[in-house]
Amino acid sequence: MSKYLLDKFLFTVDRDPDLVERYREDPAGTVEWWEREMANKLLNCIDAERSTWLAFTDEERRALREHDHVTLFRMGAHPFLTLTLFIAMFERDHGPLEYQQAYGRAMAEAGIALPYPDIAT
Amino acid sequence: MAELVAVVASTHHPFFYKAKTSTGADRPPFADEWVAKQAAFAETLNRTEPDVLVMVGSDHFHQLWLDNMPQFLVGKAPFFDANWYNEEREFGLPRMTLRGEEDLAAHLLRDGLDRDFDLAFSNELRIDHSITCPIIALRPEADLPIVPVYTNIFAPPLPQPKRFVQLGRALREMVESWESDKRVAIIGTGHLSLELGGPRQFGEHGPDPEFDRKAVEWIASGDIEGCLREVSLESLHAPGNATHGFMDFMLMMGVAGEGQKAAHVDTLDLFHTMEAYFTWYPNGAPA
Repeated sequence: MSKYLLDKFLFTVDRDPDLVERYREDPAGTVEWWEREMANKLLNCIDAERSTWLAFTDEERRALREHDHVTLFRMGAHPFLTLTLFIAMFERDHGPLEYQQAYGRAMAEAGIALPYPDIAT
Repeated sequence: MAELVAVVASTHHPFFYKAKTSTGADRPPFADEWVAKQAAFAETLNRTEPDVLVMVGSDHFHQLWLDNMPQFLVGKAPFFDANWYNEEREFGLPRMTLRGEEDLAAHLLRDGLDRDFDLAFSNELRIDHSITCPIIALRPEADLPIVPVYTNIFAPPLPQPKRFVQLGRALREMVESWESDKRVAIIGTGHLSLELGGPRQFGEHGPDPEFDRKAVEWIASGDIEGCLREVSLESLHAPGNATHGFMDFMLMMGVAGEGQKAAHVDTLDLFHTMEAYFTWYPNGAPA
């Protein structure tokens, strides 16, 4: 399991307006493309200097494909990154603060309580 | 030597700009009180007539990333562009450009290294809302040069709380040993109890009002020892999963000094998190 790679996905998508829309509309295709093209890209280097070893597990791929923020939290993905990206994708479909509150409620209903999963990478 | 004219610590609420500029039906019911409190707070800084602002904040995974993560970083550049696409998107924050004070940044880096703080640096830093929120609230003209100081309260492993206090103490000495006739204010922002991306987020109040009450008391009375006795990297998980941002307040308590009572203390209980504002005058209140 790679919390780092989950965070890298959330980070690179959240900061790019085109990728935010693409991940909202086509999560499975975006995750597949991202793992192939971006997972091993060193972010401040040219493509020739790619890493060679980064890949999602099946469960990580599934959580990202299904926009499953509860499972991402359980896996130790950074909660700020997940929240920010998911607000960008889904707040527009809801009234003021409605999405943020539903997001938290889904976690409470799933039984998430202290101590939370470790987010250290 | 430079004079430290004000020490200012506060929360940074990214929705303040939107609340302040909203009108009609979009204006939230708490906006007027919030704007009035921020205006009174701004006056505590501006009456000291600072020339330079040292701005303590924390990047929220905007430029600093896990492939190369500094614990403490000083920005040394002639300019700092500010705010990011995802902050415009979520908070409606404007793009800004602030001037840098490179001579002070160079001094902080040299003097900090010589005081055993292995500070990282950046010569091209786009700052985020942890620094622009206090600029917008306290100095909306954004006309003074700044030196950004970023801390890692965000990506564990984090430095210990006592290290934030130590850096605050040192930062004050470093500013006061800068060979300059400039008037400097040190402004730092953090959080009280806060939950982001967890089950306790976006409630009617902050996630832990009792922690907030104690935290305000520690800061207002300069009770560094009491605060350090109760606060640890482990304990900060309990009040809310983003409460490690409180360590930036601890840094600012270090700047202000043990037992130093704040001259200005104000709070505002908002949805999601409590706002808190503090000002100290190291050399007495201005006339």
